[in-house]
Amino acid sequence: MGYPHRPHPKETVVLSQYFGDADARTYAGWVKRGGYAALQRALGMKPGEVVDLVKASGLRGRGGAGFPTGMKWSFMPREKTKPHYLCCNADESEPGTFKDREIMRWTPHALLEGCAIAMHAIQAEVGYIYIRGEFTEPIRIMQAALDEAHREGVLGANALGSGRPLDIWIHRGAGAYICGEETALMNSIEGRRGNPRIRPPFPAQAGVFGLPTTVNNVETLTSVPAIVTQGAEWYQKLSLSNPKSAGTKLFSVCGHVARPGNYEVTMGFPLKDLVYDLAGLRPGRTLKACQPGGSSVPILNREESEACLLDYEGCVAQGTMLGSGGLIVFDDTADMVYQIMRLARFYAHESCAQCTQCREGTGWTVRILERILSGKGAMSDLDLLLDVGEQMTGKTICVLSDSCAVPVVSGIRKFRGEFEAYITGARKPVLAVA
Amino acid sequence: MQATGGYQPVFTGDRRARLDEIRARYPTKRAALLPALWIVQEAHGWISDAAMAEVAETLDLTAAYVKGVVTFYTMYHQHPVGRHFIQVCGTTPCNLCGAEGVIHAFLTHTGCRELGATSPDGRFTVVEVECLGACGFATPVLIDDDFIESVTPEGVPGLLQRYP
Repeated sequence: MGYPHRPHPKETVVLSQYFGDADARTYAGWVKRGGYAALQRALGMKPGEVVDLVKASGLRGRGGAGFPTGMKWSFMPREKTKPHYLCCNADESEPGTFKDREIMRWTPHALLEGCAIAMHAIQAEVGYIYIRGEFTEPIRIMQAALDEAHREGVLGANALGSGRPLDIWIHRGAGAYICGEETALMNSIEGRRGNPRIRPPFPAQAGVFGLPTTVNNVETLTSVPAIVTQGAEWYQKLSLSNPKSAGTKLFSVCGHVARPGNYEVTMGFPLKDLVYDLAGLRPGRTLKACQPGGSSVPILNREESEACLLDYEGCVAQGTMLGSGGLIVFDDTADMVYQIMRLARFYAHESCAQCTQCREGTGWTVRILERILSGKGAMSDLDLLLDVGEQMTGKTICVLSDSCAVPVVSGIRKFRGEFEAYITGARKPVLAVA
Repeated sequence: MQATGGYQPVFTGDRRARLDEIRARYPTKRAALLPALWIVQEAHGWISDAAMAEVAETLDLTAAYVKGVVTFYTMYHQHPVGRHFIQVCGTTPCNLCGAEGVIHAFLTHTGCRELGATSPDGRFTVVEVECLGACGFATPVLIDDDFIESVTPEGVPGLLQRYP
């Protein structure tokens, strides 16, 4: 659904079917809509069978990395000798992305159902839903749904009468984009500063509390129940071009568009249709650039945007990434230099500060860009930015550092003229820096 | 623990019971730290050194450790703030949609002269925050626990009237 707009005919509505439908939030409303039938069926399967089913579906992580979900689940120890954990990543903080919030506030039981099925598959009895602290409404709604699920016996000591305990708790974040990184998320659950961990060990071997853990995104988990009821083949068929990218994806379209919102389309959907047709540009404007997967993916110019197919491989073919599906649109009025500076400020603010390249590099990037925007930049600053960007890439514990460099490097490569205009004075300064 | 300088302990009665219930969800006491800090902030409006010491003692941690965690997360206030705390998103997707105008409107109409400062009447504090995860509903604003979508500069004065 192009929520908050009416579904566009070109959308494929699966996850977003009940966005805007307040009755679907309740347990009774969810059951009326077929809810918890998938969990019932999954509990009757062996954990390994559920893993194989999700593997066969081709579902890949919807948080940003696109890692095959079934494969991630299969990394968990087959023989359970200690407690296993599921962590649901509801930290949604990637600029441009606002889909998990909608899933939680409209279909909270769908997420609980997906979590419970995953927990069965990975043999976990406890799951934590890590919700970012700012999401006050999703937290309230998820908590109400959890309370209902416990009252109805869906969760708790005897989940759906299966004899198995399944407990899910909400763990509220407190303001940190980096806690969306899976190892920082686990540290945050443990009551620590949200610093990412070096891997190995990987979460499946040593996760929260040093125990086998799987971390999955909200949209990924919410995609699971339909796969259980409708099958892997059904999910595989939901793809317009490329068998390696299956299913539907919620695209959070924002920025310079007429109808911002979450649009659900099958993998392989043309980016240009999503931007020109479904969301639409503002009247009289033309497309300058976009980032299809959140602020951490390479910026596409208009030609690349128009050629891009929205699946994992299609985006890579255009030199970008599907990422979170947070589609940020820049029209011809956008000041690319200013917006890239504002992105750099975001990363500098959010750096956990463990790694020198990130802690210092994000700050230098901001200051150089501010210098350029204040009319005090030099041509050598562009080489400096590219050099700093290279030093920030592939050399740190996590990829926040790389993510800061990405829009800077792709921005300079594709919009060099805009940077040069500030440097030569062809464009008047927009910042005053001491 | 001795109460010094008028500090009112947080974890008594109902709040103690709440914390005990939360602790049972995790295999370690340390994991109850973020939830405990939220309970403190709900009770007192901010997290003082004395509060950090109380939390530390309650969870068998050191006060220094607790402070390290408090200072990491941006939503925990380390000093008193206005009666109403206003967080306005300014990151690029909202920036493209006029967020800076909204921020400016809040600063103007609250009487806060700068970001992070509390208005002279103690009513408001305004801060610019990073992506609030509602980019399609620009500009989103958090006022206390109310998450408000699609705020415009023109709508700010009317919005503020709801928060006496």
